[in-house]
Amino acid sequence: MIDTTPNVVLVVVIGVLFAAGVYLVLERSLSRVLLGTLLMGNGANLLFMVAGGRAGGAPLIGTTAPEDMTDPLPQAMVLTAIVISLGMIGFVMSMAYRSWQLNGHDEVQDDLEDRRVARKAAMNAPAYEDTDSEDSGQSLDDEAADQRDETVHDELDVAALTDPATPPRTEGPR
Amino acid sequence: MTLELLVPLPVMLPLLGAGLNLAVWRHTRVQRVVTIAVLALMLTVGAILLVAADDGPLVIDLGGWAAPVGINLVADRLSALMITVSSAVLLCVFVYSVAQGVADGDDEAPLAIYHPTYLVLAAGVSNAFLTGDLFNLYVGFEILLAASYVLLTLGGTGARIRAGTIYVVVALVSSLLFLIALAMIYAATGTINMAQLAERMGDIDPGTRLVLELLLLLAFGIKAAIFPLSAWLPDSYPTAPAPVTAVFAGLLTKVGVYAIIRTETLLFPDDATNDLLMLAALLTMLVGILGAVAQDDIKRLLSFTLVSHIGYMIFGIALASQTGMTATVFYVAHHITVQTTLFLVVGLMERVGGTTSLARLGGLAKVAPLLAIVFFVPAMNLAGIPPLSGFLGKVGLLQGGVEQGTGLSYTLVVGGIVTSLLTLYALVKAWNKAFWQTPPQEVSPQRLPAGMVGSTIALVALGLSLTLVAGPLFSYAGRAADTLMDRQVYIDSVLVDDGRGQGRSPEVAEEKDGAPEAVEAP
Repeated sequence: MIDTTPNVVLVVVIGVLFAAGVYLVLERSLSRVLLGTLLMGNGANLLFMVAGGRAGGAPLIGTTAPEDMTDPLPQAMVLTAIVISLGMIGFVMSMAYRSWQLNGHDEVQDDLEDRRVARKAAMNAPAYEDTDSEDSGQSLDDEAADQRDETVHDELDVAALTDPATPPRTEGPR
Repeated sequence: MTLELLVPLPVMLPLLGAGLNLAVWRHTRVQRVVTIAVLALMLTVGAILLVAADDGPLVIDLGGWAAPVGINLVADRLSALMITVSSAVLLCVFVYSVAQGVADGDDEAPLAIYHPTYLVLAAGVSNAFLTGDLFNLYVGFEILLAASYVLLTLGGTGARIRAGTIYVVVALVSSLLFLIALAMIYAATGTINMAQLAERMGDIDPGTRLVLELLLLLAFGIKAAIFPLSAWLPDSYPTAPAPVTAVFAGLLTKVGVYAIIRTETLLFPDDATNDLLMLAALLTMLVGILGAVAQDDIKRLLSFTLVSHIGYMIFGIALASQTGMTATVFYVAHHITVQTTLFLVVGLMERVGGTTSLARLGGLAKVAPLLAIVFFVPAMNLAGIPPLSGFLGKVGLLQGGVEQGTGLSYTLVVGGIVTSLLTLYALVKAWNKAFWQTPPQEVSPQRLPAGMVGSTIALVALGLSLTLVAGPLFSYAGRAADTLMDRQVYIDSVLVDDGRGQGRSPEVAEEKDGAPEAVEAP
């Protein structure tokens, strides 16, 4: 019976490949994203090797005793996966090249929705008033003191009430 | 049975046709004939399989090796139905795109790769529907994805490269997830044959099983555009040419849905993820349709309704009951047809009105009254107006939800109705704006190519015929759901004689029987 305990070195290599791959996929340049998927693809291929159990002899009847044979199926699958990723890499590389031809860079660009949202926000800009950041003529320190020092407010209110010429204030001082 | 020999044809024929198309790339006329002939043959084979598979799944072992050793193709009721509907849609869309190409006068060389790529896409879709082996499903996915990359970036203009970048990167990552899931499944069970997996999945640790299930759901969920994983879709589809978008909208996401149906029923019949799926379905429906309501470009609007209506199918899967599954199977067939039709109609509207923006379209009803009807019928069908097929599918789903009777399923029933109403609102708004409002710019009457209009009308008619044959189709979907819910039928028909079959090459069998000692190691 083949021992199915995974090889620690392989597991660590897979971990490193995936970590580096994820880091690269999060980059903005398409060629880095490509390198990232490549690394992760290789990590996945190694994962298949781990899934197949420990290495053994060639799986040929007459050459190796059945109990020493290595599992041939993961190797067939990895081979297929490698061929497929070769094709995909070719395509992405040509796409990155085309993007460089058209734009002078190969960055993954903002999608349409992002730009629409940004445009709508810009269109709406004059339609609302941002009272918080409006310049009231006061310095920031004064404003803060105004907000905090409640005694000043009281005095103001008293003054307003005692003077019949000024109507009572309905809103807090600003 | 010789009928089993028909099962690989939907995969082989388009691949052979693609090769032939590449060989005759100088002769567009020949390419066209080859492609149409191949797609028509596929449709015929699909129809035969549809009838034959009703008596039980048809299984063929490729290369003469029996199931757990060799790769096998299985055509059960669900697969046969999917093959038939998808080849009908592929044929109609192809006629449309040829007519468009002829009308635009670009039937010369530059897009000579269009025909073979389209056929490769068809082969990939068929392979995904027919395969009985998870790794072969991955291969089928990659075939159709590779073809879709090419079709999406056809011509290599700036907008298409931008949309293609997002699409390709997302698809690559989802394929990678699928690959990782495959490696883990192999590590846990030692097989990737779906029938054998169905037997072995029950024996492994429930925690491990849940991880495997979630990984597969994640990979297929991206492809099927289920809510948190759907953001890529409305950005990549609308930039492609109308026929390409139509075929993507109809088929590609449904392949993901099909894969979810297959794995959920066959490999993971326990209810571990049903609540999660229900929640995802609810969010997919509501977020998708709210996105659609906010759009003022009709192609993007339709892309969002596509996302939204995937939620209905996921709802049916999550119910995991006979009623729910029946409605899902029926709804998938209905949605492939209707969504494709709508995208084709929008292609026609773009030709007449010169734009797909609802703010700038208008007055089309005066110029092209036929188009108004051709848009209205599938739009109402999508929104689920009785007595059309969309209504029947939704009623089936709601019935399933009420049958379940839990709080979550009632919430989904309400969510489904709200989504349906919002779909109606979004589509009627689009119809009003495009056809009835005073045109902001002058629209001149324009002759549309007969082939484009003809194939669109054919698809509208196909959508309506789903309503006419709804009775038989619904009972067929019911029987398909029976086979899905009763896994033993599938397992028994794939793993003949407990999986021994002729699972050895004749030479080895002979050697073993003749001289048992000869197998010893030297």
